[in-house]
Amino acid sequence: MADPATASLPVGAAYIRREPVPARPPPLLVSGPLAWLRRNFFASVPDTLLTILGAVILYWIIPPIVDFLLLDATWTGADREACLATPERPEVGACWPFVRDRFAYFIYGSYPIPERWRVDAFFALLAAGIFWMLWLDAPARGLGAVYFFIVLPIVSVFLLSGAPSLGLAKVDTALWGGLMVTVVVATVGIVVSLPIGIALALGRRSKMPLVRLLCVIFIEFVRGVPLITVLFMASVMLPLFVPETYSPDKLVRALVGVALFSSAYMAEVVRAGLQAIPRGQYEAATALALGYWRGMGLVILPQALRITIPNIVNSYIALFKDTTLVFVVGIFDFLRAIEVARIDPKWATPVTSTTGYAFAAIFYFVVCYAMSRYATGVERRLAAGARRGVV
Amino acid sequence: MALISTDKPLPSAKIENQVAVDIVGLNKWYGAFHVLRDVNLNVLRGERIVICGPSGGGKSTLLRCVNRIEEWQQGKVVVDGVEITNDLKRIDEVRRDVGMVFQHFNLFPHLTVLENCTLAPIWVRRMPKAYAEEVAMQYLERVHIPEQADKYPGQLSGGQQQRVAIARALCMNPKIMLFDEPTSALDPEMVKEVLDTMVGLAEDGMTMLVVTHEMGFARQVASRIVLMDEGQIVEMNEPEEFFNNPRHPRTKLFLSQILH
Ligand SMILES: Nc1ncnc2c1ncn2[C@@H]1O[C@H](COP(=O)(O)OP(=O)(O)OP(=O)(O)O)[C@@H](O)[C@H]1O
Ligand SMILES: [Mg+2]
Repeated sequence: MADPATASLPVGAAYIRREPVPARPPPLLVSGPLAWLRRNFFASVPDTLLTILGAVILYWIIPPIVDFLLLDATWTGADREACLATPERPEVGACWPFVRDRFAYFIYGSYPIPERWRVDAFFALLAAGIFWMLWLDAPARGLGAVYFFIVLPIVSVFLLSGAPSLGLAKVDTALWGGLMVTVVVATVGIVVSLPIGIALALGRRSKMPLVRLLCVIFIEFVRGVPLITVLFMASVMLPLFVPETYSPDKLVRALVGVALFSSAYMAEVVRAGLQAIPRGQYEAATALALGYWRGMGLVILPQALRITIPNIVNSYIALFKDTTLVFVVGIFDFLRAIEVARIDPKWATPVTSTTGYAFAAIFYFVVCYAMSRYATGVERRLAAGARRGVV
Repeated sequence: MALISTDKPLPSAKIENQVAVDIVGLNKWYGAFHVLRDVNLNVLRGERIVICGPSGGGKSTLLRCVNRIEEWQQGKVVVDGVEITNDLKRIDEVRRDVGMVFQHFNLFPHLTVLENCTLAPIWVRRMPKAYAEEVAMQYLERVHIPEQADKYPGQLSGGQQQRVAIARALCMNPKIMLFDEPTSALDPEMVKEVLDTMVGLAEDGMTMLVVTHEMGFARQVASRIVLMDEGQIVEMNEPEEFFNNPRHPRTKLFLSQILH
């Protein structure tokens, strides 16, 4: 249309090009920063209105947060006096000395101070394991899996709860608290829920009616009940059936509750992935005589899990935040430690609670956002690794 | 070969050990729908059977009974002397020796071409990886795409994908190959490369059951052509007779439609 040579021709005329059209740079409004601004913020009247609205909302939200967390915040001090409003300082922001003072409590709870190095060792071992698993190009990842799924859990149990024969004093789980409990609960939930979830998802699609029925009952029952109820059942009802002496530890019961709960959700996530795999893949695996287990393990699950990565991580993020609910059965997680510390008379000020919750929010946000970013990175890498057809 | 009545199989002890596939009195229903009706077919070693017929006639279903991707309610299927029963071990024994090529290729998209070809040999035949790769490269050369070995299926054209699918089946060193409309999902210019591969296979004496509408291929390589309609074998004959002297009115109609 834009070609003047053809545009000026009468309708229906024949045409032969004699001169090729050379490439020209785009007009200024198509590229450059001005064009970018225009395209993204002021492309139309509604766009412009939304841009203005967004700017107003940000102006309304951001400055008070910055004021509270940074500009008006108290940075040093030994007790509540430092964080109280005075005539010279009417606006008091976050009380950071409170966080610094109670930091060890947030991390270890009431874990005996001389034994806290054991918790640090646990954190270090876990971090190494996570790094080994998450770094996709890491050397000897098979060995890493053995370390992460077998060695690490065993060592952690001895390290944290004690092994008198190895000279590690016993530390009752009632003394555990703070971040270490959150990390233990979340890690167990995350690590256990995937394999159990896969097993449940496969069971739900099994040809054997009994297996299918049991899986459906478990999944639907657990999904139909709030986590709080599962936790109560695990901690209150279990002792009714199991004699006191054999009754497992309170923390272990909560761990089982969390693991079962997240497994049921994971099962549905995995099942959705299994359903998305075309029937032809099952048939090809069958025709190659791979049989059920090899067909699932080598052909179906690798594809199903790959497409469910976003949903799996979504479940993990939900699980990580749900771990805060273990406080209802008397377990002292990170948030609970902050809760207890904020009413400590030594630090009681009008801003202490807000500071504590702000600190918790930042912590949970950083962890969840990191998980989300990591998943995005993996997805992008899988997408870039090969341009794969869906068929 | 003379026209064989589909009502009676050929029960001769002598040719028993030459029979690659023996289908006797096969009946199958989908719910109340009778898909396969009294199908009798035996395929000798080295024979190339082309199955054609109108859509919905049960061609795919019949083919898929040979490696038990489909179950049936009545009748007997014997593959290479092994009768297929509900015994899973026996079924897998049969499947190991029966290769299958699908209309939509069904390559594994998360594996490279080479990995597609070595997966079953390594995990089912227990071949060492290096050896399996060597074998796979030989077959990829044979279907003329060794240079694509490290690509993923999604990066190949349809014709290349189908040739990989053929190579993947061949890597298991099958005694019988099943093809279910291998060219009907392909663009016209790619049909020939796949058919050429299949002709080469036929020339090497592979026992083949091929569902296809490529009548040129059928005329060139088929030992016998089977026409299926409404779940029944309507006519079965050598290509010459089948095309030049069709006897059943259904065959005449079918040929007039497909050959214009
Ligand atoms: N899973 C199924 N459930 C119910 N009916 C089915 C199923 N699969 C196939 N059928 C029916 O069985 C009949 C035979 O199907 P089949 O796929 O064997 O036909 P076909 O001869 O291969 O046809 P086409 O040339 O279209 O591939 C069809 O009428 C089809 O609708
Ligand atoms: Mg078909």
